[in-house]
Amino acid sequence: MTATATSARSDLSELGRSETALRTFLHGLPGVDQVGAEQRAAQLGTRSIKTTAKAQAIDLAIRMVDLTTLEGADTPGKVRALATKALRPDPADPSCPHVGAVCVYPAMVPYVAEVLRGSGAGSGRPSGGPGQADGAAPAGLGIVHLASVATAFPSGQAPLDVKLADTRAAVAAGADEIDMVINRGAFLAGRYQEVYDEIVATKEACGDAHLKVILETGELATYDNVRRASWLAMLAGGDFIKTSTGKVPVAATMPVTLVMLEAVRDFRAATGRQVGVKPAGGIKTSKDAIKYLVMVNETVGPDWLDPDWFRFGASSLLNDLLMQRTKLTTGVYSGPDYFTLD
Amino acid sequence: MSERVAVRKTYKLFIGGKFPRSESGRSYIVQSGGEETANVALASRKDARDAVVAARAAVKGWAGATAYNRGQILYRVAEMLEGRRDQFIALGASADEVDAAIDRWVWYAGWSDKLPQVYGGANPVAGPYFNLSAPEPTGVVAVVAPEAPALLGLVSVIAPAIVTGNTVVVAASPAAPLAAVALAEVLATSDLPGGVVNILTGRLSDTVPTLAAHMDVNAIDLTGVTDADLAAELEVKAAENLKRVLRPAPVGHDWFADPGVTRMTVLLETKTVWHPKGV
Repeated sequence: MTATATSARSDLSELGRSETALRTFLHGLPGVDQVGAEQRAAQLGTRSIKTTAKAQAIDLAIRMVDLTTLEGADTPGKVRALATKALRPDPADPSCPHVGAVCVYPAMVPYVAEVLRGSGAGSGRPSGGPGQADGAAPAGLGIVHLASVATAFPSGQAPLDVKLADTRAAVAAGADEIDMVINRGAFLAGRYQEVYDEIVATKEACGDAHLKVILETGELATYDNVRRASWLAMLAGGDFIKTSTGKVPVAATMPVTLVMLEAVRDFRAATGRQVGVKPAGGIKTSKDAIKYLVMVNETVGPDWLDPDWFRFGASSLLNDLLMQRTKLTTGVYSGPDYFTLD
Repeated sequence: MSERVAVRKTYKLFIGGKFPRSESGRSYIVQSGGEETANVALASRKDARDAVVAARAAVKGWAGATAYNRGQILYRVAEMLEGRRDQFIALGASADEVDAAIDRWVWYAGWSDKLPQVYGGANPVAGPYFNLSAPEPTGVVAVVAPEAPALLGLVSVIAPAIVTGNTVVVAASPAAPLAAVALAEVLATSDLPGGVVNILTGRLSDTVPTLAAHMDVNAIDLTGVTDADLAAELEVKAAENLKRVLRPAPVGHDWFADPGVTRMTVLLETKTVWHPKGV
């Protein structure tokens, strides 16, 4: 990473002031070795994680799940059910940890907030950790985050005013994490300044809420573009970089996530600021999730093996994790009949 | 010119319409037709799990197929088996046994659209309603195949389970697995959708307890279990999710006799609907 090694910290913060500086920097990033990245990702997928390590990995993966529903058919009842599940994923086993967050459309945020924060949005946050559930209050109450997609998700093709209003509305309704989409049209056309300014403006509209920047890597075509978009999002102030919306055919893949993990590692080395990563879409099995965790550990180290720094955007993944967890605790293979449909 | 080297067959599992090796990489040696030996896959509990996943995935399509279509496919199996008579005779089955196995496929094929009429129908009720009962498949059925006769016994436990729309995971007899793997090749070329029949070879103690305890298996047929203690243990495991259990007398069964409908009806659930007559 010669490009970043030679950049002083002050230089990076100045980059956003001119299109030329941004372009020079982003195009100065070293290219990604496509074959090498794919091979490395495939190799990391071959590790055997068993018994106690597997049990830990599954619990960690459950805590990292952003339990997501982003359908036109979402109803208040459906998202309430999802939020209830987020607090206590396996009602039969109080030692099962809660998930990281619930992710919904802005219009659904108030209904989720009701459930996650007890009565009324943004009310007190009692302390408590995973595995500390008692009979009355689920352990995740007040701790499970509430994420909302915003900025004209999933295409992002709307005027900036509309995107910012979308963001403010979601935050006002109780979201403490915002998943924004970058303007891929502008990015692919090379108008980096425009993309940068939009992220900065959205970050400002977020206030205290965490900002996750969706790169939609399925539309970026090359790993070089993924690396540039990752850096652009981090330079502009994103707290998380996220692979995909889940609305295009190609969602999160291992190599794309590897490139993004390398970017957050190099960004921390260059600036001292740590940024999280969230692969989303297409991760359906515990085996897949564990492969990602291995990759995180091997690429950026245990600093990122925490729900604050790594998340899975998924819906069906949680049930598979719960089934695997049940297999480990009871010794008997479970079936989908014993978990909620969602 | 050098002497030709024979191409020997690797006997693998049959899961989801494919022929994978055991996930464990293990195999064991069996006698085949006298002195010849063959390496057969030794299935592990993970193979059993994979087979259940494949069987569950196939339920919707197979149970949703028309009875007529299922009957056609079972008849197709008989056609394919007829074309491979010599192969099964070479594996040690008698000509009579192969003929009986072929005929049994045809016999069960004929039942596909008749069983609902015999086993379901209109019930007389005290009120102005149509009251109709219709049999529906139970779902995923685990089957322990009998050791002898290898081919006829196997066909006699698989055909009645699948003709009504169930999908099966079969644990082949450890002593006679070659007929099972050869039958898998017949099934794979018979338009039977992948996953409707899955065949595991190897030790029963590796796979059957896993299948008996599996929460996503709806019924278990213990025909091939001769050890009374094992059978009892399997029934206890099966009770956990209230599986239907078929446990016939372990010895003395005449597989060549008319099988009757019991093997089909025990793997069915009855759905009854009430409908106003409007008179």
